[in-house]
Order: sequence, then structure tokens, then C-alpha cells
Amino acid sequence: MTTKAETVVPSQQVGKKRLGFWIDLFQRLIREKPLGTFGLFVVVLLFFTGIFANFIAPYPVNAVHIADRLSAPSVRYILGSDQLGRDTLSQIIYGARISMIIGVFGTLLSKLISTVIGVTSGFFGGKFDMILQRFVDAFMAMPQLLVLMTIISIIGNGTFQIVVVLGITTGISSSRVIRSAVIAIKSNMYVQAADAIGCGSIRTMTRHILPNIMAAIIIDATIIMGAIIMLEASLSFLGYGLPPDVPSWGAMLSTGTETYMQASPWLALWPGLALATVVYGINMFGDALRDLIDPRLRGGVGRYTLKDKIFKKLKESFGNH
Amino acid sequence: MGAYLVRRLIWIPITVILVSVIVFLMVRFIPGNIVDIIVNQLSLSYGGTVVPRSQIEHTLGLDVPIYVQYARWIGNIVLHGNLGVSMRGSQNISQTILHRLPITLELSILALIIGVVIGIPIGVYSAARQDSIGDYIGRSIAIILISIPSFWIGIMIMIYPSVWWHWSPPVDLIAFTKDPLRNLGTFIIPSIILGTTLAGSIMRMTRAMMLEVLRQDYTRTAWAKGLSERVIIIRHVLKNALIPVVTIIGMQFPYIIGGSVIIERIFVLPGVGSLILEALKQRDYPMIEGVNLVLSIIVVFVNLSVDLAYGWLDPRIHYQ
Repeated sequence: MTTKAETVVPSQQVGKKRLGFWIDLFQRLIREKPLGTFGLFVVVLLFFTGIFANFIAPYPVNAVHIADRLSAPSVRYILGSDQLGRDTLSQIIYGARISMIIGVFGTLLSKLISTVIGVTSGFFGGKFDMILQRFVDAFMAMPQLLVLMTIISIIGNGTFQIVVVLGITTGISSSRVIRSAVIAIKSNMYVQAADAIGCGSIRTMTRHILPNIMAAIIIDATIIMGAIIMLEASLSFLGYGLPPDVPSWGAMLSTGTETYMQASPWLALWPGLALATVVYGINMFGDALRDLIDPRLRGGVGRYTLKDKIFKKLKESFGNH
Repeated sequence: MGAYLVRRLIWIPITVILVSVIVFLMVRFIPGNIVDIIVNQLSLSYGGTVVPRSQIEHTLGLDVPIYVQYARWIGNIVLHGNLGVSMRGSQNISQTILHRLPITLELSILALIIGVVIGIPIGVYSAARQDSIGDYIGRSIAIILISIPSFWIGIMIMIYPSVWWHWSPPVDLIAFTKDPLRNLGTFIIPSIILGTTLAGSIMRMTRAMMLEVLRQDYTRTAWAKGLSERVIIIRHVLKNALIPVVTIIGMQFPYIIGGSVIIERIFVLPGVGSLILEALKQRDYPMIEGVNLVLSIIVVFVNLSVDLAYGWLDPRIHYQ
């Protein structure tokens, strides 16, 4: 009885502590990282726009108004309309949905793959690591965009294909980050302790290593999400992304529309601005998150700065000579 | 160092072989049959006449077992430096790539120079004045540079100046040997666009590495000795911080190549990037294999030279 009660209490505490950690993190984000907060706002805005695109967009997706071709920004078409008379604002709002879907699912798949490769490679080490890493090496040597275009030209373009291809390729190349995080914590006492009490490899990896590299995984996920959204746009721009009927920011800028852009330059402006803002927001948020979570990279801001402040004062007093 | 060099040189052929296998299998084992795609396209372009599958399989050398195909392909490359013949127009692939490669390399190298020239000084300043207004501006600029899609800037530069001032960037290509200035005139805008994205990541890397070195004991000792900030930053910090930055720059090379595909497309530069776009459009898979292989091998050797430079720059490193 007593043993049961004892095992329950600590796990509850851990749960509370974890939740408290996130709340604490959120508060510190708002207090210390204005640009990171802006980044979070952009990410939330992207998700909101993506989820509620049907309700926000003034016109349905791909609604053609031939009479209003290439109209300038006006009350009816706030950001203007394209060569088929499609409302640019609506297309951009639906484009947010596509970017969100590809960003989220691509990142999930990518992180799954990089975690499996990185954790097993870092944990087992030895020959397994050596052989696996040679494949990762070879893969990383290949120009990513070219590989992606080649694969998509064969399997065809579609939202599902793009998610899978982007997830796998970014997953393989970002597995290095996870691997080095695993290697860094592998020599810690608690991993040895887990081994000593007879934990199997899988239990050690999932229960002892994985929770301790979670921060690295989350930070890397934000970087990967920005990269995946950018890659999708680049591919769609080159014509190897989503099918033409899917409103994608990259495809809206693609070269087929160049002649129309000369006539109505704002066509070139909005999709790129949306893309740049979203990627900037994600990167800013990821950057702030890393500063707050990763103590090694934490700069002189925040609460753990006493040592740095002393050092700075020392520096100043010596610099004044 | 000697042992490391030997080990590194042993890995090179293995990596190259793996790359060649991946490039080779990528085109053959990915779902979706190339032969079907080509049959469809040829039938369309010949006005409905169905080209027999066996004929295309024979032309592509697909009618023999896969290991024979690989052996033939790799044998030709190793023995004769011959990447085979393109499916359309039967051009020699090796010669076509050699002809196009200088344009992509010039673009990449110029972009690299621009990236370093912009990225490193801002990174150094940002780290030396950590958390000052200048640092915040520098860091924000770096993330903005990384976040702005290069193809968007490329298009904006093609569209807006021509609409406002009837000026568009020069796209006519003159050989560097004939007229270096006009050649650079054509390359400068594309390389700036490609280079600024790179500058963002170089700047961030420089800043992070500088901060790490700034916290080292020997830097504190240098301050305590009463050395001037200039001397400390340049001689003690920068020298040590730049080593990992060099590696990162080397690792960026595949992305520079990817970026040059986009830039070559926008600025109509006939480099390897345009070549692969043409090849993909025509489903010219022997050419695609060739370009992927050549570019990957270049990346492998760039990374090797960077690694070797690393060992040479930092004598403390004994590779295990």
C-alpha cells in the first residue's frame, strides 16, 4: 500500500513540474524576448488562419472572376486579383492552410525519422553508428533541392507526396543534431544507472535518453518547420511542388505568372511577404526558445546572469584603462 | 594528423560510392515508372504513335539486371570519365555538364564571398557587443536574411525596377576572359541575392562561436593582462571562433547549389541548375543522374578540403 502511494506521488509532482516548466517558459518568453513573442504570435496567426481559412477568406478557394482580371487592390479585392480574377487575399489565406499542413505534418515525420536515426545511432555507437552515418554523409552531400525535384518528378506532385518527401529528406539530414545530443548525455550517470539496474536498450532509449533530449528535439523542430515551409514554396515555385489547383505561396510566384506581374506588380509582392513573415516568425520563435531552454547557449539575458554581470563589470573596469 | 588524413581519404571513396548508389537507385526504385512516363510523353510528342516499351528500355539500358546496369554506368564513368549519352539530342552528358559548370561555380563562389564579407563582421560585432542595440539589430537582420525567400527577392528585382524605371538586371552572359567587368555585371545581382541568405547563417554561426570563446578562461586572462579590446577580439577570440565557422560554411555548399538552381532559373543563367531543370522537364534521367552525381562529388571534396583546413588551422585538434 505504502509503496503504491509513494510511486504515485512523485510522478504527479513530475507532471506538475513539467507543466510548470512550460508556463514558466511562456512567461519568460513574454518578459525577456519581445521578438520571440512576436514569432509566437505569427505562428499562432498562421495556425488560426490555416484552420479557419473557410471563414476568414472573402471568396471561396480558386473562385474565378474573369471580369475582374488583374484588378488593383480595391475594396472588393483588398490585395488585388490575379490573371484569372482570383482574389489574392483569399488565395493567400488558403495558402496559409497549405503551408500549415505541410509544415506541421512534414515536421512531425521529419522529427520522427531524425529521432529514430539519431537516438539509435548515438546510443548503440560502434559499427552500427559508423555504417549508418556513412549513409547520412552520402545523403547530406547531395544537393537537397535537386534530390527533391528528382524524386517529385518521378512520384508525381501532391500534398501527401510533398509531406513524405520533405519529411524524409529533412529527417535524415537533421538526425546529426539528435545524434550529437544523445552522445553528449550518454556518459551521464543516470544512463549508466539505467544500464546497471538492467534496463533493456529500448527502455533506456525511450525512458531515459528521449526525455533528456526533448529540448533539442523541440528546438530543432522549429528550425525544421521553417525550412520545410520554405522548401515547399521553393519547389512549388520551380513547378515541382503542389499541383496547380492547390493555392500555394510558392506557386503564386512561379514563373508562369511573370508576364502578368509586369502588368500588376503587387502579384509578386503579397505571397512572398506572407512567406517571409511566417518563416521569420518561426525562426524568431525557435531562436527565443533555444535561448530560454538551452543553458549552454543562453546569452547574458535572463536570470542566470550574475556571473556574466560580474564578468562584464570586470571587463569594463579593465577596458577603461 | 597523418593518421586522420589517411582515414579521411579512405572514407572518401566509400562516401562517393554510396552517393553514386543513391543517385542510381533514386531514379530506378522510387514508385512511379520512368519508362511509362517516357512512353506517354514520347507518344504525345509523336502524335499518338505508341513507342514500344522494349525500345526505350533498351535505349536506357534497362533490359539487363540492375547490378549489370550499375556496373555499366559506373564502369563507364571510372574508365572513360563518360556519364553516358543524354536521351534527347544525344548530347554527351559529361561535356554538357563541364560546359555549364563554370557558370554555377562562379555564382556559388561569388555568393560565398559576399556571404563571408557581410556575415563575419556583423557576427563579430554582435558578439563583442552582446545584448546592445547593435546586437539586436544585427541578429534581427540575420534572421530576416535567412527568412526571405531568395526567389521572391529575385522576382521583385526582375519586376519592380522594370515597372518603375524601365530597368531590368542584365541577363546577357559574356565570358569572364573576354570582358571581366560585364561578366561580373551580370553575375553581381544574382550572387548578392544568393549570398545574403548565406550571410545570415554565417553571421549567426560567427556570433555563437565568438560568444563561446569570449567565455573561455584565456579570454579572461587576456582582459586581465590589460590588452586592448581590438587585440583580444581579433587575435584571441576571432582566430579561435572562426575555425568551426569554416566548417559550417563548407556544409552550406549543397544549399548554395540548391539556391543557384532557383537563381539561375530567374536570371536565365545557363548553369548546371538550368541544365537540371531542362533535364527534369524532358524526363532526361541519364542527364539527371549525371548532374546529381557530379554535384554531390564536388560537395564531398569541398567538405574534405574544409575538414583538412580545420586540422591545419587548429593544431590542437588531433583527430581520433
